[in-house]
Amino acid sequence: MKNPEKILSRGNEALAQAAIDAGCRFYAAYPITPQNEIPEYMARCMPRAGGVFLQAESELAAINMVYGAAATGVRAMTTSSSPGISLMQEAISYMAGAELPAVIANVQRGGPGLGNISGSQADYFQAVKGGGHGDYRLLVYAPYSVQEIRDLTMRAFDKADEYRNPVMILADGILGQMMEPVSMTPYARPDLPPKKWALTGCEGRQPNVIKSLYMGDGELEMRNALLQEKYRRMAANEAMSDSYLTEDAGIVIVAFGIAARIARSAVDALRAEGLKAGLFRPVTLFPFPGKELSALSGEAGKKFLVFELNAGQMVEDVRLSVGGKAPVLFHGRPGGAIVSPEELTEKIKELFS
Amino acid sequence: MRKKVFGRPEGLKDAPFRFCPGCGHSILHRIVAECVDKLDIRGRSIAIGPVGCAVYAYDYFNFDVIEIPHGRPPAAATGMKRARPESIVISYQGDGDLAAIGMGEIVHAANRGENITVFFVNNGIYGMTGGQMAPTTICGQKTTTTPGGRSVAEAGYPMKMAELLSTLEGSAYIARTAIDSPKNTIATRRLFEKALRYQMEGKGFSLVEVLSPCPTDWKMTPEESLKWIENDMQKIFPLGVFKDKFAGAAANA
Repeated sequence: MKNPEKILSRGNEALAQAAIDAGCRFYAAYPITPQNEIPEYMARCMPRAGGVFLQAESELAAINMVYGAAATGVRAMTTSSSPGISLMQEAISYMAGAELPAVIANVQRGGPGLGNISGSQADYFQAVKGGGHGDYRLLVYAPYSVQEIRDLTMRAFDKADEYRNPVMILADGILGQMMEPVSMTPYARPDLPPKKWALTGCEGRQPNVIKSLYMGDGELEMRNALLQEKYRRMAANEAMSDSYLTEDAGIVIVAFGIAARIARSAVDALRAEGLKAGLFRPVTLFPFPGKELSALSGEAGKKFLVFELNAGQMVEDVRLSVGGKAPVLFHGRPGGAIVSPEELTEKIKELFS
Repeated sequence: MRKKVFGRPEGLKDAPFRFCPGCGHSILHRIVAECVDKLDIRGRSIAIGPVGCAVYAYDYFNFDVIEIPHGRPPAAATGMKRARPESIVISYQGDGDLAAIGMGEIVHAANRGENITVFFVNNGIYGMTGGQMAPTTICGQKTTTTPGGRSVAEAGYPMKMAELLSTLEGSAYIARTAIDSPKNTIATRRLFEKALRYQMEGKGFSLVEVLSPCPTDWKMTPEESLKWIENDMQKIFPLGVFKDKFAGAAANA
């Protein structure tokens, strides 16, 4: 088979093209830095693909436009950055409750509040632990390269349809802005059941209803039980992780997204000095690859350093997975601060000494 | 031979309405269903149940229905109509939904000229939550959050949505009607049908506001409620067609 074409692409634009390639035909968004290249790309390219591009009047409108479009069975997406994603949480909860598939990308920036426009990972809790109201989960993918942005975005649409659930791509300002060669892997559509639930008009069938209100005695509890069963299936089948030189490592860095990219450089630098460091990288944040991490932590003599561009969020899930079997330390900087590989390397050397 | 002259429209499910006695929603649901039947669009219609008393639209409308977050029906309707232009999208909204929390969405959907139809039920009060002040509560009207009557100094003026939306270049058809008398109720059906026809003909954004009774939260009898609409509400919210971009076109005469 011929190798797929390789192009130089910015993360944000790779995300937009991957969505179109995966059959996304509805995109609505509101401008916010550092993800503006996505709506700009969509404005140019979505109409050519026969799809709909809409600049919404707010993030509230954008996510509800996606809610409506997804309800008709069309593959739909919105993108934003941290404050905008906060505004979308109500409708994301509705979509989880109504079991509507959609893809939402958060190109994170520094927070809290208006924060800044630098890359950050401070929305981990929001993405992974709920974000909106009620007991629900999103599948959350954390790409760490422009190539992975492409591959995971295409996967996100398939998984959204498979589980009838919103899926989040948790990227950040650095990934969104950086340019890398990307292999334009073609999209291969998996076998998915037809969307019999979609609102397409009731001609020839009974009317369909999409809702999340369950007022009858015990109805909502039953509804929640079904949703929880779905989340357990996701947890059992969808966890993804990547290990780099962890086998003989005395110190394993645990990092996701752009932090894992920085950590990988630090691991290489440490190895060059003869220090046995490794990297464990969750690719899905929900489900968290706890089993894999737990197995790793059972190996004698290992220490873990969780590295995040925030004040310490994923570290809680790492500690739960390690379960006290090994020391779990944390290094991170919140507020959109960027940690260089050198800074991280020095930090780890202290741990070795 | 006996001939059936009155029955349940096909657009309504065989389910009793759970609205309060004298509430306007049951009449308006029926009118929507009658129009859907008459225009033969049941098979391609999608209605929106908003947050508020009309949220149970899916229990009554015998066609596809979706429930939408509070105030956002015009955004969701935009998404549905753009994704599936062949669908007839009917947004059924109350005054809290449309004129308070959802003010941004309705203005922008109208201004984009979205080819959707909105039925806006103005009863001047929050019914579902027990009778609080709505953006359309008239000055002096008592509610649970304006116990001394709505004061302009505290709460400003009632929001006149039909007038406001008719100023937007994007809107095609904006009217206000009432269901306080048989005459006005019959006129309401005619306006609803026209608004839906505009969507079918691709003419753009249509909205019909309806002054509708809420005897329970107005603390009135159903009969007093109808008089209140006629004598008090209509002074603030006059009936009429506020905008018709295609007025005079023969097809819609």
